[in-house]
Amino acid sequence: MEFIKNFPFFSIMLGMFSAIVSSVLGAKAAKYVARTALFIIMVLSGVLLWYTYAQGGGSYVFIMGHFPAPWGNEIRGGSLEALFAVFVSFIAFFCVIGGSKAVESDIEEKKQSLFYILVMLMTSSLIAMCYTNDLFTGYVFIEINTIAGCGLIMIRQTGKSIVTAVRYMVISLMGSGLFLIGVTMLYTITGHLLMSPIQETVRELAATGDYSTQLTIIIGLMTVGLAIKSGLFPFHMWIPDAYGQSNVVSSCLLSSVVSKGYIFLLIKIYFRTLGFDIVKDSGVLEVVFIFGIAGIIIGSLMALREKSLRRMIAYSSIAQIGYVYMGIGLGSLAGVAAAIFHILAHGVTKSLLFLSSAEFTDGSHARRIESLKGEASQHKASALSYAIGAFSITGFPLLAGFVSKLLLGGAAIGLRTRQWFALIALAISTILNAFYFLRTVVFMFIAPSEEHDAEIDIEKGPEKFVSIINVRNPLYDLALLALIAVNFILGLFSGPIIDVINEGLGLFS
Amino acid sequence: MLELIHDNINDLVSVLLFVIGFADLLFQKNMIKKIIGLNIMDTAVYLLLASQGYIAGRTAPIVVDGITSTEAYINPIPSGLVLTGIVVSVSVTALMLSMTIRMYKKYHSLDLDYCLLKSREE
Repeated sequence: MEFIKNFPFFSIMLGMFSAIVSSVLGAKAAKYVARTALFIIMVLSGVLLWYTYAQGGGSYVFIMGHFPAPWGNEIRGGSLEALFAVFVSFIAFFCVIGGSKAVESDIEEKKQSLFYILVMLMTSSLIAMCYTNDLFTGYVFIEINTIAGCGLIMIRQTGKSIVTAVRYMVISLMGSGLFLIGVTMLYTITGHLLMSPIQETVRELAATGDYSTQLTIIIGLMTVGLAIKSGLFPFHMWIPDAYGQSNVVSSCLLSSVVSKGYIFLLIKIYFRTLGFDIVKDSGVLEVVFIFGIAGIIIGSLMALREKSLRRMIAYSSIAQIGYVYMGIGLGSLAGVAAAIFHILAHGVTKSLLFLSSAEFTDGSHARRIESLKGEASQHKASALSYAIGAFSITGFPLLAGFVSKLLLGGAAIGLRTRQWFALIALAISTILNAFYFLRTVVFMFIAPSEEHDAEIDIEKGPEKFVSIINVRNPLYDLALLALIAVNFILGLFSGPIIDVINEGLGLFS
Repeated sequence: MLELIHDNINDLVSVLLFVIGFADLLFQKNMIKKIIGLNIMDTAVYLLLASQGYIAGRTAPIVVDGITSTEAYINPIPSGLVLTGIVVSVSVTALMLSMTIRMYKKYHSLDLDYCLLKSREE
């Protein structure tokens, strides 16, 4: 049983090594290496989750290379980390197998092995970010993740995707700069980089009242840095282009797991490094709460105005990131647990939406929503999956989105002023969600009328929409089925998952 | 006041440099100037780290004369962090420059706003 404690290390190393090996392989071999590695990482994380949660293994600190605390580097494994690693590897595995045909048609043959290198680098850096117990290691993996994310955006090599990748990089680097100076300042006042000793020192400092201004600044810098990288409201400008232009697998991964990894690291820093009560006293969470709500409203309004299908789904991501930050900003354990559940629910739903929308897009990945009429008759499976995803994100019962909205609403109740803001924001955004998502579903399932088509043709010029990409293969259907199944599992059997989250958060402090 | 500035001159300068670099990265339109801003920002953090690890009158922790007392040496961890940070910033700078070359080949301009407009027109 002790052997299972090595699994986080194995998952990180497996991801890194398969990325390195893929660099000398051809497209086909790299694809199979990536699939196998992701599957093994998923199984390893699942076993660790079973060990830490069901077997009562609790949490443990794993010392890298047997160098003890002040010199060595540490990994921390626990049920919440394992759950997040399962989530990341699950999404990555099913997006990679489901989108394999989209990758083949979008990316030059010579560059396809590079694509799989980037996917593996992204996955292993996310898993390292989630397991690490050392702030500076966290920073290094944030940068690796940024570079991998940038590559994922520009792998299509059109002019648009290059400009988008440059903008993504500029904004991300501002975020990591702020995070790095936050880590540096924390190191100068505490003298540690490992999370648990920092927390002890921070508690002593908070008790004596020394460095209270510096602590507030540090909390602010780290929060703003990671919020910029995950695309919270005022820093969301790159999201619609990045998710709307890139390859469909990249969009799935960027929206469902990459932005979530930064939020998970932020939660870990709040609980493991600084202490959540100290963060709450600093007043930073109020700001996070306000921007979260602003993100929800603005993201939904922009999605409502958007004409292109992929960009509309991307705008909805801004709103969903707002939900997560609103949950954290509530400042209670229930709020953070709801935020983590929303991370899972949104990840599963958003990758389902992106993957199923792949069949409705052409080579330039632009498709006007009006032209979707009657698509359901041609692409039954993906239209149905898209509808389930849209229902889930709107918050229909039985599906994951419903439970996460319920949890967020439940966590808000009883928090005096904040509850009204949170509940009203939830209500408004649910209505807006219903408008813009169900509109697309309705368009898909109604028969195209002759006159209307003619009107659009005049507006849009003579060319009628022709689906160039054929993304269907059995694995695509399997991936959609798996994502739908997990959506229903999160919706119907949310109890055990919420237990894991609560237990893991309890073990964090 | 002057004494305070004199005692914290490294911290003050590095924060000032950080702000300059950050503003460059955010507000400059020219990609090369943006990348220069990025490097100023990173260097500011390394200056802060290195100056925090330095203790006046002590040497680098390399034992040559058989002196093993910790009193004789500076704290080596910040220097190690600076090295790691330099590696990260070199790779990020290289990536940014290569993307700038790609963008320049495509749109014949280093101005990010102009390239954005051009790419929207496509």
